[in-house]
Amino acid sequence: MTQLPTSTERSLGLVIDLDTCVGCHACVISCKGWNTENYGAPLSDIDAYGANPHGTFLNRVHAYEVQPETGPAQTVHFPKSCLHCEDAPCVTVCPTGASYKRVEDGIVLVNEDDCIGCGLCAWACPYGARELDQLAGVMKKCTLCVDRIYNENLPEEDRVPSCVRTCPAGARHFGDLADPDSDVSKLVAERGGMDLMPELGTKPVNKYLPPRPRDRDDNIDILAPFLDPVIEEPTGFLGWLDKALGTVSGGKTDKKGAS
Amino acid sequence: MHPAPSVILFSTLSGLGFGLLAWLGFGQPVVFGWTAFWFYALAYALAVGGLLASTFHLGNPKNALKAYTQWKTSWLSREAWLSVLALVFMGIFAIGEIFLGTRWSVLGWIGGLLSIATVFTTSMIYAQLKTVPRWNHPTTSVLFLLYSIAGGALLTGHGLIAAILLLIAAAIQLLAWSAGDKRFAERGSTIETATGLGFMGKVRQFEPPHTGTNYLLDEMVYVVGRKHAKTLRLFAIVLACLAPAALLALPSAGLALIGLAAVVHLIGLFAQRWLFFAEAEHVVGLYYDKR
Amino acid sequence: MNKPVQPMLDTSPRVSDEIRQTTCYMCACRCGINVHMKSGKVAYIEGNRNHPVNQGVLCAKGSAGIMQINAPSRLKKPLKRVGPRGSGAFEEIEWDEALEIATGHLKRLRDEAPEKMAFFTGRDQSQSFTGFWAQAYGTPNYAAHGGFCSVNMAAGGIYTIGGAFWEFGQPDWDRAKLFMIFGVAEDHDSNPIKMGLGKLKARGAKVIGVNPIRSGYNAIADEWVGITPGTDGLFILSLAHELLKAGKVDLDYLARFTNAPVLLNEDPGGPEHGLFLRDKDGKPLVIDRKTGKQVAFDKKGIQPDLAGHFRKAGKTYRTVFQHMAERYLSDDYAPENVAERCGVPAEQIRRIAAELAHVAFEEAFELPIEWTDFRGDKHKTMTGRPVAMHAMRGISAHANGFQTARALHVLQILLGTVEVPGGFRFKPPYPKPPEAHPKPHAGHAPGKPLDGPHLGYPLGPEHLLLDDDGTPKRIDKAFSWENPMSAHGLMHMVISNAHAGDPYKIDTLFMFMANMSWNSSMNTEGVMKMLTDKDENGDYVIPNIIYSDAYASEMVAYADLVLPDTTYLERHDCISLLDRPICEADAIADSIRWPVIEPDRDVRGFQSVLIDLGVRLGLPGFVDEDGKAIYKDYADYMVNHQRRPGVGPLAGWRGKDGKGVGRGEPNPKQLERYIENGGFFVHHMPEEAAYYKPWNKAYQDWAVEVGLFDAPSPYVFNLYSEPLRKFQLAAEGHGDRQPPEHLRERLRETMDPMPIWYPSADGLSSAPGGASSSDNDERAQASEEFPVHALTQRPMAMYHSWGTQNAWLRQLHGKNPLYLPTKLWEQHGFKDGDFARVTSPHGSITVPVAHHAALNSNTIWTWNAIGKRKGAWALAEDAPEATKGFLLNHIIHELMPPRGDGLRWANSDPVTGQAAWFDLKVKIERADPPPEESQPQFPPIKSPVGRGPKNLAWKVGK
Ligand SMILES: Nc1nc2c(c(=O)[nH]1)N[C@H]1C(S)=C(S)[C@@H](COP(=O)(O)OP(=O)(O)OC[C@H]3O[C@@H](n4cnc5c(=O)[nH]c(N)nc54)[C@H](O)[C@@H]3O)O[C@H]1N2
Ligand SMILES: Nc1nc2c(c(=O)[nH]1)N[C@H]1C(S)=C(S)[C@@H](COP(=O)(O)OP(=O)(O)OC[C@H]3O[C@@H](n4cnc5c(=O)[nH]c(N)nc54)[C@H](O)[C@@H]3O)O[C@H]1N2
Ligand code: SF4
Ligand code: SF4
Ligand code: SF4
Ligand code: SF4
Ligand code: SF4
Ligand SMILES: [Mo]
Repeated sequence: MTQLPTSTERSLGLVIDLDTCVGCHACVISCKGWNTENYGAPLSDIDAYGANPHGTFLNRVHAYEVQPETGPAQTVHFPKSCLHCEDAPCVTVCPTGASYKRVEDGIVLVNEDDCIGCGLCAWACPYGARELDQLAGVMKKCTLCVDRIYNENLPEEDRVPSCVRTCPAGARHFGDLADPDSDVSKLVAERGGMDLMPELGTKPVNKYLPPRPRDRDDNIDILAPFLDPVIEEPTGFLGWLDKALGTVSGGKTDKKGAS
Repeated sequence: MHPAPSVILFSTLSGLGFGLLAWLGFGQPVVFGWTAFWFYALAYALAVGGLLASTFHLGNPKNALKAYTQWKTSWLSREAWLSVLALVFMGIFAIGEIFLGTRWSVLGWIGGLLSIATVFTTSMIYAQLKTVPRWNHPTTSVLFLLYSIAGGALLTGHGLIAAILLLIAAAIQLLAWSAGDKRFAERGSTIETATGLGFMGKVRQFEPPHTGTNYLLDEMVYVVGRKHAKTLRLFAIVLACLAPAALLALPSAGLALIGLAAVVHLIGLFAQRWLFFAEAEHVVGLYYDKR
Repeated sequence: MNKPVQPMLDTSPRVSDEIRQTTCYMCACRCGINVHMKSGKVAYIEGNRNHPVNQGVLCAKGSAGIMQINAPSRLKKPLKRVGPRGSGAFEEIEWDEALEIATGHLKRLRDEAPEKMAFFTGRDQSQSFTGFWAQAYGTPNYAAHGGFCSVNMAAGGIYTIGGAFWEFGQPDWDRAKLFMIFGVAEDHDSNPIKMGLGKLKARGAKVIGVNPIRSGYNAIADEWVGITPGTDGLFILSLAHELLKAGKVDLDYLARFTNAPVLLNEDPGGPEHGLFLRDKDGKPLVIDRKTGKQVAFDKKGIQPDLAGHFRKAGKTYRTVFQHMAERYLSDDYAPENVAERCGVPAEQIRRIAAELAHVAFEEAFELPIEWTDFRGDKHKTMTGRPVAMHAMRGISAHANGFQTARALHVLQILLGTVEVPGGFRFKPPYPKPPEAHPKPHAGHAPGKPLDGPHLGYPLGPEHLLLDDDGTPKRIDKAFSWENPMSAHGLMHMVISNAHAGDPYKIDTLFMFMANMSWNSSMNTEGVMKMLTDKDENGDYVIPNIIYSDAYASEMVAYADLVLPDTTYLERHDCISLLDRPICEADAIADSIRWPVIEPDRDVRGFQSVLIDLGVRLGLPGFVDEDGKAIYKDYADYMVNHQRRPGVGPLAGWRGKDGKGVGRGEPNPKQLERYIENGGFFVHHMPEEAAYYKPWNKAYQDWAVEVGLFDAPSPYVFNLYSEPLRKFQLAAEGHGDRQPPEHLRERLRETMDPMPIWYPSADGLSSAPGGASSSDNDERAQASEEFPVHALTQRPMAMYHSWGTQNAWLRQLHGKNPLYLPTKLWEQHGFKDGDFARVTSPHGSITVPVAHHAALNSNTIWTWNAIGKRKGAWALAEDAPEATKGFLLNHIIHELMPPRGDGLRWANSDPVTGQAAWFDLKVKIERADPPPEESQPQFPPIKSPVGRGPKNLAWKVGK
């Protein structure tokens, strides 16, 4: 199983909109809750109420700031979980076959019954998407909620990953990225979805939608006429008002305000 | 990378052990009876001890047997196979030498080659990782092999060969360090490529995803002070290579001197291996604005 | 390559045995949750898709609820203090004993001096009930936390538009094209704001974030205005200036729906100066453009004239709008003249004004919905102006916040974007103008209930709560000359005033879910001293403290008697239309909590405990004529209490047949209906009622039908606030209720009936006026000595102090650095791992720092309420929250530094008493060498519940 399938029937994955993510960590905790109770061993917490609390999470939200050449610095909240790479190095290094990429949908999973907890797959992953659970001793990673997305005990509309269902801002999208007609593929095409660390050749399935341009003032010219004073001297305001009121008649509102 | 004592012990001791086994397998020296016993005892103690130490690094050792399944793709699986094969071949060979006073030299050659191959697979566990640019280079394997063979030479009393090999190792080590220092930059991964935000401007971390630590930080983000590293490098190369080479080059290289050289070498090797891990930067650190 | 063999995987595991639907309580947003149960235990919590508030989404806190109900910090049994106050030494007692002790104090005081019992509650969601209890008890000293929270927002909104931001209104997320958000990090409407932003983003609408700090919502804003704290009022009025100058205001809207055309008396020095010209029925007068006559503003068919004016009996009358235009057209508000002060380039101000004008007027649209206004005018369509705004504490937690909130509403009104498609919309029971709210009451007598509700909206000096000699009647001095419009009380002044005996001493402080000895107080160390201070007889200056909390918070240690509450999944609660409901702009909605699990400890729901106490005390409304209990417990009250005939805490399924909406007899099966429906009730209004609500006949009629009020009550927006002018008139010497001399000047300046701006965050004074010129010098000096603004923000994943006990959440925010802008970072040569000493006029703290470039260059900030006292919350004493975390509260004082006039000037808005948390100014130095731990540190509290387990591997089902 450490061999990667030459191709998968579908490429299920996430599209994360960096223009919309507010960094609320809802996806982080929802993921923790679902995956603690479901797939495999619970995600444990060490020193939970002590000096060095640290536990296993399958999804974490970073925050960066970017200093453009001109204009103020920008803050970008940045969620990150397994990208379900096409060329997943985490799979090929695994000595036990516990790590595998599913043929039917491309989900990269760890079969905990086989895992020896050697940690090599986590070393092989560029994205920090794998965490060895300290209590269970097995490797944990995003399952793309494989136990939700096909789950017949859930209503159809809930067959999406826990993090996607919960994201209050709607910054997370789930779908088949191998299908060019899927909503996610269209989003990626429209918004220039990008890969993380493409230079490492992992070919991530998950895509990130870049933040839209910010703090741009290139429409000043278009807007300038909107602030032409109605009358130069301030006392002239009343005269203007009288005139302007003439154009405002009962019932009908002038769309252009008072101009 | 976190310089965990278990991986340092594993890679140094098993390297030495398999190096020693290789020399023994190749009949350098040819030993029988008690002498052979002590040699093999030492070799097995080192090799098996090292392998055992490595299991401390496993979160779930009860599944260890499963590690033999993926030899087609996994270097760790290959190492598992080769180490066992090497130990088995050399074990049978050793029984001949110790108890039967016979040398099945073909077996010895096969065992010796398997031992060297084991060290090579160990090295490839690290060298294959694109995520750790410093390791992801032929020098990693070359050094693992050199240290192993030189160590074997030293322990088998091949003073001169050991000294020469150690000097070569020293030279390659220097090369590996200086080239390794640039390798992360050469790989081209930056916080900008990691986040994809480079098109907007210069990126830095504002807040980590959690205020405490986690497995990734503990395991893969280890920061060594530059000054500290420099001293340690000097220490490592002197103790692992130069000092033992000098000791071995002394005309009266007796058992005591060899023992001393071995101990000094081992200490130096620990330092070298500590640096091997501690200085190796994993690209995941980019996400934490740390390397 | 052959196809690899994959392990068998069960992709359809059983999710749970059962789903119980209730309401989240991890913050005040009140989302609907599906609690998945396995073998009777909570296994997983997710959002309820049908719920009007969150529509299925859930925030981090909500999903972490499972760690909250299992937190080791949960109190287990009533506690009686055995050690000194503040030590945390308690003994566990039985409920009978606890209730007897409480009844003992409460009965004695009710019979002798009910005002000596002060009952203050935190951010609970049962204020209509706790207020009802306090009124029956008869103490004038009751309020919830609003005074230190965001009363400026509420009061500024009610007095101007009859509604407020907060969670009481919402942008028209589906139609807005330009959205401006001022001073919001998270807000009460947490999930709805995120969902709304998501909608805007999906449509590519533009978001402008006005905030000194660029994180969270401001991080995704398409444009950032990194304003200097405390200057939004100036920025907003400058936008108004530009719009007026360009004539880009909605004259039709102003004329029809606001008091812009109302005639003002311009008789300088006269007793009516600045008041409305009214007819003999008291209705404000306008000039009808059709007839040129003065007519009542609401007369059918008229066209109110914005430019109207006339002279009569030597007095001039001109419209509000003319006054307004005159004021804001002044060059004082020109972008170039405010730019430096606001830290916003004049260009940017001008461009934003132009964008507002462009979107409001060029991108206007019509919805083909007919409606009729209160004057009987029929409108064929509804005009949409797709500019929406939202604001919260960044504006309100300053001493000029009331006027700034007003300024913002005035800007919205000028653009005609309140209650129109694409703009800002009220959520029922709003709109509700100040006149429709109760007036405050404080009439108390031994053994008697209070003469009316405690809190309300004064319309003039006649509504102040003062004794004949002018002494404030309330312990927090709410509704006194110091802060006449303190609609939510001043919880932050209670302990300080009680300790000082100013205006009088009290006997028993009864508090509910407010961490007053820590993060919800200013001057935290001082408050801890006041709570433990003893008088000359060796008795505590505040003799008795009864407190209800659910967890081992810092405040628990300061109580003499602790009444342990249940957690939110273990009790009944009522999110009522009488209180802070969960309505949507086009629907009424309310909800309940119900015990989806049983407590495993000897704890009781506090509301039920209050009912028990009410019965023991024989309070009216709690016992019948025979002294028998009317309500068994809170659930019983929720169903059977009636505030007005047919109107009770819950609006859904009323009447014997369960068909009543809003009105109807109590229905014994009501709670069952709620539970069947997912814990909530929602009822939509007709389409033609959904906008223009204050003036829309269809809405007014619908509101009466569902019991929001008893008769249609349309009104117009108060661009000009007459009640404010009445206080100003008093300050000018008119009327028989006169302010004390030292407050005259301040009242005259700050109670301006048209929005003004004055500097607030100058480190010394809360407002202009009352200050001699030497004061002004002092201020200028302080401003130089303490040049840096210091702020806090709420982390989205933590709720005040109580998120910390949550094993999952505390990993995200286990300590809080102080973030410094690049300028200060470099100027002081800070490096990661450094500490800074931060000093305000009041004190200093030494804390870890970090760099944040996307930050106003003169502002530093940290996350709110992460810092913890050692020993609290069942955490280890070396928890990072205690060793590295810190509070800014230590250096914020509830009083201004003494001015030499011997008076206690509160660090509050002079109009409403809102705590001015964000007026803090400091200086900063590198702490060399850095301390081991952040400073100050206090002795550890003994944990009344022990410590939590070491590790967690949580799995309920197997
Ligand atoms: N520096 C600074 N300080 C601030 C602010 C700021 O912006 N900056 N903001 C201020 C504002 S707006 C507010 S609202 C306050 C908030 O401050 P607080 O109202 O004090 O908020 P919490 O810290 O959440 O404390 C509430 C208490 O309620 C308890 N509790 C939780 N759940 C329950 C329950 O179910 N039942 C009972 N009985 N108790 C429960 C908690 O254990 C805790 O002790 O902080 C204020 N303090
Ligand atoms: N997750 C979470 N949600 C909460 C709470 C919580 O503790 N955690 N608490 C709840 C409570 S009690 C309240 S009151 C609400 C408060 O919700 P918010 O109003 O969002 O309160 P704060 O987090 O204090 O954020 C204040 C914002 O104002 C900005 N600010 C400060 N001064 C100025 C200024 O002069 N001008 C401008 N434009 N901005 C300024 C700050 O940078 C900050 O972003 O949140 C509620 N929701
Ligand atoms: S839940 Fe959505 S908005 Fe929140 S951090 Fe995750 S992706 Fe971002
Ligand atoms: S993100 Fe990491 S763990 Fe996931 S498939 Fe890619 S390499 Fe493997
Ligand atoms: S930790 Fe487990 S999954 Fe990862 S490489 Fe080792 S055996 Fe495979
Ligand atoms: S898809 Fe599921 S497992 Fe993966 S990050 Fe989202 S919630 Fe976690
Ligand atoms: S916003 Fe979060 S914490 Fe608040 S009620 Fe909703 S889910 Fe609960
Ligand atoms: Mo608040």
